[in-house]
Amino acid sequence: MNWEAITTRVDAVKTRGTDLQKRLRALRHRLTLLLAVIGPGLITSNVDNDAGGISVYTQAGAQYGYTLLWALIPMTIALYVTEEMCARMGVITGKGLSDLIREEFGFRPTFFVMITGFFVDLANVVAEFAGVAASMQIFGVSKYIAVPIAAALVWALVLKGTYRQVEVIFLFACTLYLSYLFSAIFAKPDWLEAARHTIIPNIRLESGYLVMLMGLIGTTIAPWQFFYLQAGFVEKKVSPRQYPQARADVLFGSVSCMVIVFFIIVCTAATLYKSGHRDITDAAQAAEALIPLAGRGAGILFAFGLLNASLFAASILPLSTAHVICEGLGFEAGIDHKFKEAPIFYWLYTILIVVGAGIVLLPHAPLWKILIFSQVGNGLWLPVVIIFILLLVNRRDLMGEYVNTTTFNVVAWVTAIAVILLTLVLAYTAIFQGGAPAG
Amino acid sequence: MHLYATELVGAEAYDAQEHFVGRVRELFIEPADQPNRISHFLLSRGRFQPLLARYDQIAAVVPGTRKLSPRFGATIRLNCSERELTLYTPNEAWLAVRKDLLDQQIIDTQGRKVVRVNDVDLSEQKTNGNVELRLTQVDVGLPGAVRRLLQGVVAPGFIRKLQNPLPQKTIRWEFVNLIEPDPLRRVKLRITHEKLEDLHPADLAEMMEDISAAERQGIIASLDEETAAAVLAELDERLTTQIVEKLDPEKAADILEEMAPDAAADVLGDLPKETSEELLEEMPGHEASEVRGLLAFDENTAGGMMNPEFVFVGETATRDEVLQWMRLQDINVDQLDTIVLLDGNARFSGTVPVSRLLLADPDQRMLELKTEPLIGVPGNADEQDVFDLFDKYNLRMLTVTNSEGRPIGTITVDDVVSRLVKK
Repeated sequence: MNWEAITTRVDAVKTRGTDLQKRLRALRHRLTLLLAVIGPGLITSNVDNDAGGISVYTQAGAQYGYTLLWALIPMTIALYVTEEMCARMGVITGKGLSDLIREEFGFRPTFFVMITGFFVDLANVVAEFAGVAASMQIFGVSKYIAVPIAAALVWALVLKGTYRQVEVIFLFACTLYLSYLFSAIFAKPDWLEAARHTIIPNIRLESGYLVMLMGLIGTTIAPWQFFYLQAGFVEKKVSPRQYPQARADVLFGSVSCMVIVFFIIVCTAATLYKSGHRDITDAAQAAEALIPLAGRGAGILFAFGLLNASLFAASILPLSTAHVICEGLGFEAGIDHKFKEAPIFYWLYTILIVVGAGIVLLPHAPLWKILIFSQVGNGLWLPVVIIFILLLVNRRDLMGEYVNTTTFNVVAWVTAIAVILLTLVLAYTAIFQGGAPAG
Repeated sequence: MHLYATELVGAEAYDAQEHFVGRVRELFIEPADQPNRISHFLLSRGRFQPLLARYDQIAAVVPGTRKLSPRFGATIRLNCSERELTLYTPNEAWLAVRKDLLDQQIIDTQGRKVVRVNDVDLSEQKTNGNVELRLTQVDVGLPGAVRRLLQGVVAPGFIRKLQNPLPQKTIRWEFVNLIEPDPLRRVKLRITHEKLEDLHPADLAEMMEDISAAERQGIIASLDEETAAAVLAELDERLTTQIVEKLDPEKAADILEEMAPDAAADVLGDLPKETSEELLEEMPGHEASEVRGLLAFDENTAGGMMNPEFVFVGETATRDEVLQWMRLQDINVDQLDTIVLLDGNARFSGTVPVSRLLLADPDQRMLELKTEPLIGVPGNADEQDVFDLFDKYNLRMLTVTNSEGRPIGTITVDDVVSRLVKK
């Protein structure tokens, strides 16, 4: 027996075994590092698909079929580019966006951002609770029961939870968006056709189409996202060494957000557009119309998706607004503080929820007007905030070597200008033409 | 007279011949000269280069009016002509009120928190024909915010009326500690953190969470090593890791030496391998090996929680002998709570709380003062077992022993509380 040869073989297998062990351990270590950082990007991007957003996508699919799908890729890029800058600022400086704006641009610009932000976000919170009411109506629950319960749930969650607990719940809510995937599958769409339209752009020069296009892109980028995202990375105390993981979080978030949008549009396109139900104006109507066309399953999942999105956004929007205002005025803020430590933060949060839910419960709630108001407010707020972000992220004394590269700057400025123009046009149509698609 | 920096920004300056010189855009202080006097005023003249007016060139400061007349702002009257003013050149050794103070965060050493400056209060001092302005306090409350918001839009007198009913929140200038991340500028501005060293490290650590990464780094770098060590031990471990990584290895090692070995091991354990190795090599031999010994234990075991520095005496020693011996040692009196006893074979044989030592007769032997029962845990005991023991026997300290029964470290109740709070 050639013992030498056998021992060498055994040794070789052993080393390969330990190498494999080592590599697995390194992988698990990297995964734990990644999981410790993930959260803000994923959550912020997915909350983009809130009640208002879903309404826009539903209409896009119902009125224009697959023909608007090509906008998704530019939208993903726009979302990623803007969010990444905020993530980078949060990780490198360790400060929130409001703080930075106050320190670098002064009190009055900060005040302007806070006031407009407050009212625009309030209008959006109203839209979220309206979404809760509408989706629960499909399940046969009156809004006078559903909305107060939802408001109480949302309020208690943030008040009693720590940042990590709340984050985990939000992440779970993100997975529930997959209900739209199943909704789309039940709708039996023409996947090839959808894919073709996603990759090959074709712009139709009719006003309705263009307005819908603007609504789509305009609804993707909302300033509250930037504040929440940056505050999230600051509260998690992510170090610059973990910046690649933070960026991965933002990338994953943007892509997953747009994937959900894809399924929503495909679902409504394959059912409502094809069958001629093209005058659907909101998601709840869509869910109801889906039932005869694609089965109870599809309709219920769609409504459930709306409920999830509305509850989710109803918790995050007030949080983000409270953060902006407290940071800007120098009050304590953050879920990890107790009520007594950060009273203004929690009071603001409470007021936004109570007023938001309250307006929905009014007998003749002027919801349409409120949505128009939020579009106009967005037109005021968004350009200012995006320009501030671009100016801040290019400051070497703040960001050190993490300032924008020239290529990134080009992409970022082009995206910013495009988004700003779209938002301004949307605001214009809101004032003078009674509103574009509700977003 | 009470004046506000906000009111002075934008004020028109006239020279002795009543010619308009320019508008006040910035107020400077020279900390090297006088820490609270406004030493220079920056006067902007539109297209022309700005001028500087010195404190001894100011004849009068006239506050703004109440009415909404076209010239309702404050005015400054100089006691010299425009020709005697110098041109402005930037100077890093000057503190600029608008740029470096307003809207920036400062440390309130009296209230022990980090706050953001809304406005700065000034008081007038008339000295031989001139007027000197001195910084008295910093406004961090609503009145300052209101002033900042309405300055230039509404008459100053009217703003003063508005702000009267609002609750004041100010901090006296002597309790203000500036935060400046750039070390060179800190020297030029004479920023020291001596007052911070008087604060409790836990308060300091909490304040450090409210400022940016660069500012935190600056403060830790300028504290003395002992205070820095105490603060880092209390700070959130994620922030501690970031700070230690960016420090010079020598400075980091100096700070780690000042920490208790278990605290240092906790910090090093969170760093990447190469960095912790580098720092261990900078530390003196025996402290480094103590820390290395601790790092060998898993974080969630008794060994990962213990402090290898503890007081131990033979069980046959008398109270007097022990006290005499302790007085000669360099013991951390604030942390001393229980003494470990060794038997003839240097094995762990019991513990004596300091309270029993206090009330014992001078010649009572340690073994008579032992507490019951005799409990020790091995280094690899799970932390949950440790917690349960503390709870069951109402311990304040638990001894960790090695396989031969010799004590290698102690765990105190504050270590347990920190761990439990984190869960």
